[in-house]
Amino acid sequence: MKKRVYLDHIATTPLDSRVKEAMEPYLSKGFGNPQSLSALGQEARQALDEARGKVAGLINATPGEIIFTSSGTEANNLALKGVAFAHHQKGGHIIVSSIEHYSVLHPARTLRKMGFEVSEIGVDKYGLVDPQEVKDALGEDTILVSIQLANPEVGTIQPISKIAKLIKDHNRLQAPGSGLQALLHADACCAAGLIPIDVEELGVDLLSLSSHQFYGPKGVGALYLRSGVRIMPLIEGGIQEGSRRAGTEPVAEIVGMGEAARLAMEEMEERSRRLLGLRDRLIKGIREKIDEVYLNGHPTKRLPNNVNMSIRGVEGESLVLSLDMEGISCSTGSACTSHALKASPVLTALKIGPVLAQGSLLFTLGKDNTEEEIGYLLGKLPPIVKRLREMSPIYQG
Amino acid sequence: MKIDETLDAVGLYCPAPIVLTTDKMRKLKSRDVLEILADDPEVLTDFPAWCKITGHRFLKVEKGNGIFRLYLEKA
Repeated sequence: MKKRVYLDHIATTPLDSRVKEAMEPYLSKGFGNPQSLSALGQEARQALDEARGKVAGLINATPGEIIFTSSGTEANNLALKGVAFAHHQKGGHIIVSSIEHYSVLHPARTLRKMGFEVSEIGVDKYGLVDPQEVKDALGEDTILVSIQLANPEVGTIQPISKIAKLIKDHNRLQAPGSGLQALLHADACCAAGLIPIDVEELGVDLLSLSSHQFYGPKGVGALYLRSGVRIMPLIEGGIQEGSRRAGTEPVAEIVGMGEAARLAMEEMEERSRRLLGLRDRLIKGIREKIDEVYLNGHPTKRLPNNVNMSIRGVEGESLVLSLDMEGISCSTGSACTSHALKASPVLTALKIGPVLAQGSLLFTLGKDNTEEEIGYLLGKLPPIVKRLREMSPIYQG
Repeated sequence: MKIDETLDAVGLYCPAPIVLTTDKMRKLKSRDVLEILADDPEVLTDFPAWCKITGHRFLKVEKGNGIFRLYLEKA
């Protein structure tokens, strides 16, 4: 089989074989419905409870604060719409950053169409949100602030705990007895498993997770909902997940997410240390071997697996396809399918010009990548860039 | 103007209207007219730009009741 170097872990991560093993009983004999009173049902219920505890453990929450969903996307939708629908009588103002994932931005825009006021906060050239700007945007009718823990495209890690502190200060000044409190949601889908997440330290009220971003199965995610915070369910008609998310639970997937969370917690230090070494070697290697390359995102406040570089004079898509022919999987820009129309909205928000934004290349490393694979990429990339630049009608070498 | 096909993209955001239009266009014949219903203002810049790249003709856009009606002729 042809060599395959997978450097696109932001798209999805492979299922860990240990996770698969943990799931298997629930794909065969353990098919019970956790809501059934029979022994088979109770066995499934117990598996569900254990998984809930493991996912809670990954973020220092309590099991009762975890709502399983079908994906990180659903968790983000539930956070935005669930809070908006539950608190609309108190206030109608929501704050998001301009570089949120579409699963935050699109629900926010839909809420705007329904009459909510939505403020989009910009970022600096590194992709960082300025907490002071969030503070300035807070109003007495603000019900929710949603800022990602890290950006999936440029890897920038946001100062969530600082933002949380400012929101708490703001909440203290709200009229006593009015019940007006701004909640804080963080989309942690691309950060979970890569950096430590402690909901108490971060000071968030809601936080989204996606299983397949940390070697768990697809089809399952979770929303952390701080005890005592009210949301309205989006999917109704059953008592599952505390009646906050109806529908018979996909037990095998949830068990898989739990085991993946446990492994991520147990191995995080080791994984991150290795990833940091590989990441920095890759950035250094690209800079040494290719001229006119730029690192997008923050130099240090970034996820340990993220390498987003713009290479002048080449188009990201051509690079991705050329690398794919050499067996290397990576990606470019954000998942805007109408690529040709505009550069990545995230890079545009970082004020990176359209020419450089078109030449962005995104490598997201994973726990199983090796030094040898990075070496292979560093051997293949320079001649591809050279060839593409020679063909480029705009690059003047 | 004879409309050969209508695409309902109300409530959808970029890139969904473009992606669905691309699929729809593949099934149409040259000179067929596609009507697109949408409510995201981004379609007003996205579709003229997309037509320039793909060669389809952007005929016109009508606005009313918060809905945009865009008319495209297949190349």
